[in-house]
Amino acid sequence: MEILVCARRVPDTSENEITLNSAGNDIERDELVYSVNEPDNYAVEEALQIVAKAGGNVTVVTVGGEDDEEILRREMAMGAHHGVLISDEAFNGSDGRGIATILKGFVQKGNYDLILTGVQAEDGGAQVGGMLAAMLDYPFASLVNSIEVLDGRKLKIGREIAGGNREISEIDLPCVLSIQTGINEPRYVGMRGIRAVASVPIPTYGVSELGIDPGAVGEAAARVKRVDYFLPQLGKGAEMLEGSREEVIDKLVELVAAKGGLK
Amino acid sequence: MARIFAYIVHKGGVADDSAAELAAAARKIDAAGSPTAVVTGWGAELDSVCNALRGSYAEIWKIANESLAYPNAELVRKSLVKVLPQGSVVLISHEHFGIDLAPGLSVKMNAAFVSDVLGIEGSEDSHLKVVRQEFGGQVSAHVRCDISSGAVVTVRPGAFKPLENAPAGGSLIDKSADVGALTAGRRYLQTVVAESGDVDITQHSVLVSIGRGIQEKDNVAMAQELADAMGAALSCSRPVVDAKWLDKSRQVGSSGKTVKPKVYLACGISGAFQHLVGIKGNPFIVAINKNPKAPIFQVADVGIVDDLLEFLPELTNKIREMHNVPAKRTA
Repeated sequence: MEILVCARRVPDTSENEITLNSAGNDIERDELVYSVNEPDNYAVEEALQIVAKAGGNVTVVTVGGEDDEEILRREMAMGAHHGVLISDEAFNGSDGRGIATILKGFVQKGNYDLILTGVQAEDGGAQVGGMLAAMLDYPFASLVNSIEVLDGRKLKIGREIAGGNREISEIDLPCVLSIQTGINEPRYVGMRGIRAVASVPIPTYGVSELGIDPGAVGEAAARVKRVDYFLPQLGKGAEMLEGSREEVIDKLVELVAAKGGLK
Repeated sequence: MARIFAYIVHKGGVADDSAAELAAAARKIDAAGSPTAVVTGWGAELDSVCNALRGSYAEIWKIANESLAYPNAELVRKSLVKVLPQGSVVLISHEHFGIDLAPGLSVKMNAAFVSDVLGIEGSEDSHLKVVRQEFGGQVSAHVRCDISSGAVVTVRPGAFKPLENAPAGGSLIDKSADVGALTAGRRYLQTVVAESGDVDITQHSVLVSIGRGIQEKDNVAMAQELADAMGAALSCSRPVVDAKWLDKSRQVGSSGKTVKPKVYLACGISGAFQHLVGIKGNPFIVAINKNPKAPIFQVADVGIVDDLLEFLPELTNKIREMHNVPAKRTA
């Protein structure tokens, strides 16, 4: 089975407090720690587990710039066979549909049985996988939390639906699946693994290699554009308990007891 | 102004709560217009949903097709593409079905797509200005969407309050004949209902709930000790289940359980909306988090910025002292 995993490098929200820059038009990106988008990591692990049983290769692709090579190497250190960077100035400012258009161009250059994405990026809209599938006329399933390879170019998949229930379906290959976190336990990648793939060449594809109409991608084609960022105010805001830890605990216990929170 | 449709999710013959929320969202796009509900399905359940919607929509389009008896997103998409006019704005609830349906629908309708919208600031010159959240709700963004060729918009559940003066007495239009036979590359087999687990968190009035901030599996015991001291049950957010530190039956949120406690102690939980939607009944929420900017502090009643791993044992000891249980010595 030839599997393509579409991955992204994003600011790691477990490592960063996301704040706004002084102009308010972007988040403060200096000193941000970036890593591979968490659900994408589960997608790569799932791909590796499938080829371990069914044979084949795992290719990880990302649309971005030079800095994004690091996540390709990380996923190659996990065991992915190939990493591909899709990069071109013409792609800058693409919206979700633009990214899906670019990936479609890449998919059509290869011969993939299965295409996986993470369920959603930290700054994304859970959109590229479903759009890519529709552009390719492949079947699609989102929020996938189990995959079993069946005979006859089919998969049996589970989707996460409300209340922790699972919807089980059969899906024809080739297809696109968006992978939910928790589907597996992504393997650990050590420094040794990263070093082992440090000098593996990573091919780069641009507009001309992929045969994409530059007018269909990039900022000019984007119908959806972020105007600015702002800090949300969802509720009235909590009463913050301050003071020494002992004082805070005394006050908290009093409040919780008053609300019936202590037996 | 483009015509606005609201795709109605339903189950067991009853429309989802989002049906009324989508009508409210449509009003924010076009204050003068009246959205049309579009409903797919089969049989008596479909008829019952369509009839009920006459109380909240001025017009209802019904698509009856035996293959749509179970909502398979690919089949629903194909039916909508045949029925909906080009250039329409289609609103869909951002839950597991909408996430499955909407991106592909936007491609096939050649419409713009914007997802998980929680605010609509109006439209002008064929552009729609909406509010989304990014980075787990830590920041919001204004997004401008060109709807000159139509748009598919998924709307966050609970973000729009149902209208008080919803148009009623809606007319029902049967569009089934436009659809014909449908086939899909994905076929529904069955639904596996979640196991109940050893503890039923939906039945507890006090929950100690842990998130990513608990950091590692060995620290879960510390939260369990606090829960025991309080007479509470231990629940969690998604990352704890993903890491296999607690069973799925302990998860609060859109893909887990909906709980209605009196007191909810959110420990190391950032407060993503997928988690918050699982907390109902307006409980007293205490948030303990080392990140003062965590969104949980906006919805909590009381907040504490501290290191969880130091704070929890001390809190446990304090509660034990009150119950005259000797404080446990921690290393």
